[in-house]
Amino acid sequence: MTLIDLANPTRFLALTARVLPWLAAATVILLTIGLYQASLAPDDYQQGATVKIMFIHVPNAWLSMFVWGVMSIASLGTLVWRHPLADVAAKAAAPIGAAFTFLALLTGSLWGRPMWGTYWEWDARLTSVLILFLMYLGLMALWRAVDDPSRAARAAAVLTLVGAINLPIIKFSVDWWNTLHQPASVMRMGGSALDKSFLIPLLVMAIAFTLLFLTLHLAAMRNEILRRRVRSLQMMQASRVAFSSEVGAGSRQETASKEAGAA
Amino acid sequence: MTALSALIRRDIRIALRVGGGALIGVLFFLTVVVLMPFAVGPDLALLSRLGPAILWLGALLASLLTLDRLFMADHDDGSLDLITMSRTPLELSCAAKALAHWLASGLPLIVATPVLGLLLNLDMVATGAVALTLLAGTPALTFTGMIGAALAVTLHRGGLLMAVLVLPLSIPVLIFGVAASQAVIVGPLTFGAPFSILCALSLVSLVIGPFAAAASLRHGLD
Repeated sequence: MTLIDLANPTRFLALTARVLPWLAAATVILLTIGLYQASLAPDDYQQGATVKIMFIHVPNAWLSMFVWGVMSIASLGTLVWRHPLADVAAKAAAPIGAAFTFLALLTGSLWGRPMWGTYWEWDARLTSVLILFLMYLGLMALWRAVDDPSRAARAAAVLTLVGAINLPIIKFSVDWWNTLHQPASVMRMGGSALDKSFLIPLLVMAIAFTLLFLTLHLAAMRNEILRRRVRSLQMMQASRVAFSSEVGAGSRQETASKEAGAA
Repeated sequence: MTALSALIRRDIRIALRVGGGALIGVLFFLTVVVLMPFAVGPDLALLSRLGPAILWLGALLASLLTLDRLFMADHDDGSLDLITMSRTPLELSCAAKALAHWLASGLPLIVATPVLGLLLNLDMVATGAVALTLLAGTPALTFTGMIGAALAVTLHRGGLLMAVLVLPLSIPVLIFGVAASQAVIVGPLTFGAPFSILCALSLVSLVIGPFAAAASLRHGLD
């Protein structure tokens, strides 16, 4: 089973129909474990119980970038390898990524209110994530603006690849600029700065959110394939109706001319 | 090389003649800046504090407004197809077109800045700083905007969609442009750091813009 075998949408639908229930079940189990562990995690000595927002906020923020990464690879698939399902993958991922980004911004601002004393601060990390959110929305607008999916796919692929420049800016913004948002503490040189009691639930939640994304993404891709089938069926039907009415008009005209001749 | 210089000369000539609309951008810039005192009140101290931001916003909107002329007219009369099929690499042709567009509609904005600075009660140094940052920053606006213009022309959709696509990409330029000019007027920061980042943004967009626009034209035109 290679990637090219999945180019057949029917085979893709059959495979995902088998995989999806398992993925959904794994997501639910891991989310339950993660949330339970997060609720047992000790309070921070400075932040108190609000530190638990982290277990939702950080996975959302990771996913907001991860989804754009997935879309960038799918865009390469559209432009370079011409994989037939690549643009379906890219299109299905955009609204999910926008939702993760929105949740990251929302939970971040709810966390910022008690900790920083403000819901919003124009610092580098927050601004670059906001730009990411705007670009998700722009991409969705682009998909909706064009009725031909393959045409929209190539335009969206170019825009996605250009927007991928924002990802390293988001990742390193906290190191490049000395801002209010804390610097990287989980993935950094010299090991994580987090205590184990926080780190393990956070990693479980991150894996659970990744699985959640995979589940939603595959389901959305299935929907998109089915939507395209419905669209092509409708267009076939419309052309058939147009064709038969054309033929009908022709025959009516013929009978009319015959009648005229007889008269 | 001669093909590219011919392309640049042709584009500038078209833009400056009747119906070209290069100078409409300047007029729009002037109008936006004149509107601002009506919105915030004719308080000279406040205006001189907001001056760089107003000038930058006006220049951003003016350059956005003229962007759809970059490919649309050539697409309508078919010369874009000739450019796409010619032996000159499409990336270079795109870069030449963007350069011509910047010379015809970006440079006049910078020339107009000192006059508008007077209206906003900016002193000599501040006006010079804004003009310098605009000189360094507007190429980035044109070259990233070119990506949006190329997408819009292949999709036969202009206007609002292009604005939605291009504006997020131009936020960094706006941030560092205003930061550099504010640094001269009030700020504790030095002028050099944000200005260098602004120049870096322009150089990066100079590389990325033509490639992305050419890819979009090559894949999108039929």
